[in-house]
Amino acid sequence: MEIPYTISTRPDTGLWNAKVGIWLFLASEVMLFGGLFSAYIFLRLDAAPGTWPHGLLNVPVGTMNTAILILSSVTVVLAWASLKMRRYRAYWWYMLATILCGVIFLTVKLAYEWPQKFEHFGAYIKPEALGKYEKYLGNQRRTEKGLEPRIEITGHLHSQNAKEYEVALDPVNAEPDNPAMDRPHFFPLPVTDKIANIEKEDVLRATMFLPTHNTYFASYFTITGLHGMHVLGGVLVFIYMWLPVSKKLYQRNPEHLANRVEVSGLFWHFVDLIWIFVFPLFYLL
Amino acid sequence: MDASTSIETHHEPHGHDAAHEHHELGWWRKYIFSTDHKVIGIQYGLCGLVFLFFGFCLMMMMRWQLAYPGQAMPVIGKWLPHIFGAGTMPDGKMTPDFYNSLGAMHGTIMIFAGVVPLAFAAFGNFVVPLQIGAPDMTFPKVNAASFWAFAVGGVIMMISFFVPGGAAKSGWTSYTPLAAFSDTGPGHNPVFNGQTLWLIGFIFLISSSLLGAINFITTIIQLRAKGLTWMRLPFFVWAQFVTAFLLLLAFPPLEAAIVMQLMDRVAHTSFFLPAGLVVNGAPVSISGGGSPLLWQHLFWFLGHPEVYVLILPAFGIVAEILANNSRKPLWGYKSLVFSVLVIGFLSFIVWAHHMWLTGMGSAVSAFFQTTTLLISIPSVIILSAFFISLWGGSIRFTVPMLFATAFLPMFGIGGLTGIPLAFNSADLYLHDTYYIIAHFHYIVAPGTIFGLFAGIYYWFPKATGRKMNDFWGKVHFWPTLICMNVIFLPMFLQGMAGMHRRWYDGGQGWTVANEHTIWGLTGFQWNQPISWAAWIMGLAQIPFIINFFWSIKRGEKVNDNPWEATTLEWTAPSPPPHGNFIHTPVAYRGPYEYSLPGSERDYTMQNEPVAPAERTRRKPPAEPVLV
Repeated sequence: MEIPYTISTRPDTGLWNAKVGIWLFLASEVMLFGGLFSAYIFLRLDAAPGTWPHGLLNVPVGTMNTAILILSSVTVVLAWASLKMRRYRAYWWYMLATILCGVIFLTVKLAYEWPQKFEHFGAYIKPEALGKYEKYLGNQRRTEKGLEPRIEITGHLHSQNAKEYEVALDPVNAEPDNPAMDRPHFFPLPVTDKIANIEKEDVLRATMFLPTHNTYFASYFTITGLHGMHVLGGVLVFIYMWLPVSKKLYQRNPEHLANRVEVSGLFWHFVDLIWIFVFPLFYLL
Repeated sequence: MDASTSIETHHEPHGHDAAHEHHELGWWRKYIFSTDHKVIGIQYGLCGLVFLFFGFCLMMMMRWQLAYPGQAMPVIGKWLPHIFGAGTMPDGKMTPDFYNSLGAMHGTIMIFAGVVPLAFAAFGNFVVPLQIGAPDMTFPKVNAASFWAFAVGGVIMMISFFVPGGAAKSGWTSYTPLAAFSDTGPGHNPVFNGQTLWLIGFIFLISSSLLGAINFITTIIQLRAKGLTWMRLPFFVWAQFVTAFLLLLAFPPLEAAIVMQLMDRVAHTSFFLPAGLVVNGAPVSISGGGSPLLWQHLFWFLGHPEVYVLILPAFGIVAEILANNSRKPLWGYKSLVFSVLVIGFLSFIVWAHHMWLTGMGSAVSAFFQTTTLLISIPSVIILSAFFISLWGGSIRFTVPMLFATAFLPMFGIGGLTGIPLAFNSADLYLHDTYYIIAHFHYIVAPGTIFGLFAGIYYWFPKATGRKMNDFWGKVHFWPTLICMNVIFLPMFLQGMAGMHRRWYDGGQGWTVANEHTIWGLTGFQWNQPISWAAWIMGLAQIPFIINFFWSIKRGEKVNDNPWEATTLEWTAPSPPPHGNFIHTPVAYRGPYEYSLPGSERDYTMQNEPVAPAERTRRKPPAEPVLV
């Protein structure tokens, strides 16, 4: 028994089965990420003043990752086009390039960006103790200029004891009144060597930059995590299509392999597109 | 007889190949890890029926607590603690936590592990490819993956009863912040606890229906037989088509919500938790900044289309059976198709009518009130078309027809009692009372489940080549119909008297449930007849269970088209072989050509070519004249 239209198109719809299937799948993916992005909007609009952080992510690295994903979308199209022209060798190289792009993206994300956040420390100050830490927060000036108040002190946690945290401050807390600190920086500024001691009884809540730290990081890790799982899925599929097992399929029916590359390429473009939304939402805005 | 059954010795290469391949498969590949849509459909069907019965058992236990609160459960009360753990039923008396678990899991299992797998996946898998003349689903392996994802999800849900603390207990809606903190703390595993397993199980169930939905839509678009144009599709196929779109697009936002609640529980984020929460007298250490309302929006964004996921397949089944047993074309086929499409669209923009009590603001309420009333229009069109289809027919009261006709008034009651709930002023009073319970159970219990029973009796001969026993079918039907009404009709009264749906003591300790009498009984006292009806209805399912299994081997043997129906599934052998059809079918006409003027028989199958003589004498199908 053969299922019709797995490779050739059905005349009245002009489509083969998997192409219909992948577009439906992408529609459902739009709804999945749509739900998550809606949650982001909902939470961000609802956030109390000062609780939604800005400029904590590494923009150049994010930009590079964006470029890598876009590049991989180009190479996967070239891979597909090579198959259509029956140039298996070229296909093999383009596919390898796509896989490498995906792997680089994931490595940067998991081995560099995420761990950097896990090592960063932030302490939310109790409302009644904000005045005590004015020299790190600069709220007097911010109120005069109509800016959102700062309620958090961030940096590297050097040590802590039962009574206090010892933190090497981020520039924003080291020079809170410097107008340059009013806006996020494109190149992230390194942690200063200025040390602050924060008493634990003045602290509302202090954690590393983990999902639990605030709703911003909760959304960031959830959405980039889910996106990363999609990238990983795409890479695994591409590896399967790049391995010798697919060469056999190519020799038997090149069009079949081309169709497979086409649908997985469509998925890959979608994953790329999601990143195009993730990048400005978390890195830039 | 029709063409396919008369040729028994025919061996075309295609059919031979199919039989050959069939032969090579071992028992495991053929019946357990099968990729054949019929086997998967039957697997889904059996699992769905088991889950339905299990969910019903949970409810029968709750009905004891409601009717006789605080009393030890007779007979099974002694051994239930041995199954569910000593803390759940000490001395046969149900604890509040266990009652809550039963309630939450009854809803979850009935909807997501019972009705959806049965109505959508089982009937859709078994019937849709046959009705459109396809050899299988477009993606048979994906189809098998869908079933196994469902099986894993179902098993996780069941396991959750046996972990420390018991199964999820925050209602089937799992509203936060309640759900975020239930099953946490001392004595609970951080992952293997009721609520977290509920969330993980859900991810599997959602993946399962996603894979199924993609497969269904692609199959209907791509594998329709030659000549089977969109307006020649049986209404059942249309209903499944729209249902698949609802699952495809409405489930993912819930999956997003479930991932976020999972993060809240496991990674201690605050997606759904506002700042300043105090649990068990102690402030909790969370970042806050989340919104409980967000969960409700995402949940009901699925939750409302889900209602139509439950009812549309039943509409489809009932349509097939009504046309077949009234021996006349379905009235208003095109209106039915467009109505079902409009329902599908509107069902995405009515969700917040579940949330009137949250204070969303009058502008938002007005919008959702309007769309909610709009969606009643296509529903009424469908129900009216069904009633008119009966008009002037020569009705055969077969067992499927009994269930299908009973569906109409039962769904009618369920639908019409929903209209007061669509107005937020009326709903503020009725919200979370037994009125709601009665309203939606009239839709899904005597509504959808009657549709499902009708479908089982109707397509059983196609799956097995044998018919289920008529007499025992009627013994199943009548007590079930009567009990359904004894159970749910008084609940409207209880609800209007102000009885809350989640009372653990059935209202014993509440003045409002004890001081006024309704037809001689107080609201609390009404629990007893309701509970007895529920238990009797449990007994009334025994004839069905025995009839079902007995008929597989010993039921009356029937030919390929025992109901003298017109659609393509009846041109295939019963049971259909791997690959389904001996000849690839071609459709020449619409799905409901019953009692065609000038035709010898009162049914003309879709694969019968239009004879030249027919063209000249053929008139547009007669519509009934309503005098």
